[in-house]
Amino acid sequence: MELIQNLALGFGIALTLTTLSLAIVGCILGTIIGALPGLGPSNGVAILIPLAFTLELDATQALVLMTSVYYGAMYGGRISSILLNIPGDEPAMMTTLDGYPMAKKGRAGDALVLSGVSSFVGAFLATIGLMLLAPILARVAFYFGPAEYFALYLLAFCTLGGIGSENQAKSAIAVCLGLGISMIGVDNSTGMTRFTGGNLHLYDGVDFLVAIVGLFAVTEIFVFIESRGKDSAIGVKLGKISIPFKDIIATRWTMLRATIVGFIAGVLPGAGASLGSFLAYMSEKSLAKEKKFFGTGDIRGVAAPEAGNNAAAGGALVPMLTLGVPGSGTTAVLLALLMTLNITPGPLLFNERPEVVWGLIATLLIANFVLLILNVPLVKIFTKILQVPASFLLPGVAMVSFVGIYSLSGSYFDLLLMIGFGVLGFTLRKLKIPAVPVILGILLGGHMEVSLRRAMVLSNGDWTYLFNSYISVGLWIAAFIGFVAPIFLRSYLKKPTPIG
Amino acid sequence: MIKKIKSFAAGLLVTFFAATSLFSAECIAPANPGGGWDFTCRTITKIMYDIGAYDSPIQVTNMAGGGGGLAYGHVVNERNTDDNLIVAASSATATRLAQNAYSGMTYDQVRFLGAIGADPGVIVVAADSPYKNLNDLLDAVIADPANHAFAGGSAAGGFDHLKVLMALGKKGFTDIAKVKYIGVDGDADAITQTVGGFTAAMTGDISGVVGFIKSGDVRVLASFTDERIPGFEDIPTAKEQGIDVVAVNWRGLYTPKGASDASYKKWTEALRKVGDSPEWKKAMEANGLAPFNKVGPNFQDYVVGVMAEVQALSKELGVMK
Repeated sequence: MELIQNLALGFGIALTLTTLSLAIVGCILGTIIGALPGLGPSNGVAILIPLAFTLELDATQALVLMTSVYYGAMYGGRISSILLNIPGDEPAMMTTLDGYPMAKKGRAGDALVLSGVSSFVGAFLATIGLMLLAPILARVAFYFGPAEYFALYLLAFCTLGGIGSENQAKSAIAVCLGLGISMIGVDNSTGMTRFTGGNLHLYDGVDFLVAIVGLFAVTEIFVFIESRGKDSAIGVKLGKISIPFKDIIATRWTMLRATIVGFIAGVLPGAGASLGSFLAYMSEKSLAKEKKFFGTGDIRGVAAPEAGNNAAAGGALVPMLTLGVPGSGTTAVLLALLMTLNITPGPLLFNERPEVVWGLIATLLIANFVLLILNVPLVKIFTKILQVPASFLLPGVAMVSFVGIYSLSGSYFDLLLMIGFGVLGFTLRKLKIPAVPVILGILLGGHMEVSLRRAMVLSNGDWTYLFNSYISVGLWIAAFIGFVAPIFLRSYLKKPTPIG
Repeated sequence: MIKKIKSFAAGLLVTFFAATSLFSAECIAPANPGGGWDFTCRTITKIMYDIGAYDSPIQVTNMAGGGGGLAYGHVVNERNTDDNLIVAASSATATRLAQNAYSGMTYDQVRFLGAIGADPGVIVVAADSPYKNLNDLLDAVIADPANHAFAGGSAAGGFDHLKVLMALGKKGFTDIAKVKYIGVDGDADAITQTVGGFTAAMTGDISGVVGFIKSGDVRVLASFTDERIPGFEDIPTAKEQGIDVVAVNWRGLYTPKGASDASYKKWTEALRKVGDSPEWKKAMEANGLAPFNKVGPNFQDYVVGVMAEVQALSKELGVMK
């Protein structure tokens, strides 16, 4: 009963004309921000904060605008992943793996609609989860110490094998490269600098957005230049646009499973949407009977990461609202906004400021429908991008990349670094080494290392500390299975096929 | 042709957001959004404009890097004569300058404008912890340092870490290499580790723990202030418990060294007005900040004094050569 009352309060706030139009504006802006490479949800939201102040919005309205932008960006990231093979933001990275091949087969429209629907499923169910379970789920964070986090990241890396490449060794090389890059910067436990060459710009490490734009967008431009436009990945076939009901129904369980995986990853502070979409993709791949289509445009490979990352985005709001712990870059910005608006997130926020929390939840539910309506019929307009000749499109991509990266820190050094990553990405592509594991290494490597070292500090260097809770042991077992199972499965599956 | 324009329109949109020129002045928060410096810039500039202390909205730019060193270098090298620039600073800025962590740059390369609030340092334990006061905890740490870790939001050797070591120093404990400290991502994260039972206590600022105090998840053993914090009168100070340590994280601003005296005066006036405004008092209350008003030249003197103290301590503690 209380829930219905709360919801009524929330919808009472959300359904005013101002709030509703803010949500719609936020969704549109967010979709654009998400789709542009280099401009992810976190800097998108940060850039728009002054707007909220200039418009003199009250707390709920400001929050509504910003979270609509956040959700919009999570939807929008997939668009450039599918159409250009350039992830619009880091959680959309996994969508390039099957989304782009699908577009290349002439099913760009289908991929966009399918991923839009799975984004909706993920985000909608995650919002429901936030509504029903937030106060309980907040407690989960208390059970995750350094040892448990280390095991969680280990699980991610153990399931990496063979991603984006037939050759596991190449994936492994790519991961190691990423892990190495993640070590650059000041080491927080000792205050020592590592691999910085004394350069102040590298003290905080390499921003993954710089790496992602370099490895994907800039590389794409290099490939285009090298082949004088002949060999560019850009220029996929449009395909006819209709709603692929068959695919949507076929992937319904995929979406549900991915939502659950993504939501859990989102709730854990520090894991976030990237890990959510990654684990959703990998778990779907490991459950599938026929794996060989993954990476070549499998519909499950499109639906899973999108449901996963959107669910994680909703999940990440749980620790932000109930603990004040931002689970991702974007929630860190939202947290700042809350503090500025004199709202202190914490275990009592749901009781103390119900109008803020329930207004937000109601708006998120509405924003999801807005985004679905915005994204599915507008696929036609998005796919128009494909009709732009690559020789016009790519300079635009280059410009957006440079402006986006410059806006991160206002430093030309990041631009040089981005070009450096472009060269690296070009080399990797020539060697047929996938770039996605490099990014994952950069994104998660730092967290993994820090967790391990904290665990060692706490236990006085006793390794058994890593296995001292049921959660960590469970994660270790899952990681072990994830690592070993494919080796046996592969030899088992290969038996019937004679070589040659 | 229209399609061409369309593909560029998206890019132009970004350019517009990135280079919004609605603002005549700028406040640099030398960190990513979400932290104390970001709060300083956003709250102070908002109030400055709202109460008319400054005549236009002030743009907030985030320039993360090098623990604030990147922004410091940027101001010193590229914006040294900019009259329309303020930069957020805190005790962490002074600590790092004192520890020579901004690759050779020194405190006298900028002008400290003032601080109008301070986040009192606190030591916090979980509600079910056996330690009821600061002495209980410190005695336990001294007796068995290997099994009593502290979690804090700053890196090893940072301000949160130093606070604990200062307190232990007052108890005559000097074997500081044995004190276990893990630096996590901010106060809230340090709290979850402590409430979860992974560390014995948390060292941080009160603003980061307000929500948890209200919910009853934690117990604050001591605040490192001269007097009890307004609004939190039931928290005893460390001083009352015989441990004479005062450590507050002040929230303030600095300006470029080469900016004109007129602009320095204009900014100090504006900051003073914000410090006296009821809006700021409300913001301080909501965020657990204690009054701390030092604006203008005497603030510069204060910073220099604190830096000497930190420097002596860091050398004594071995976190700096």
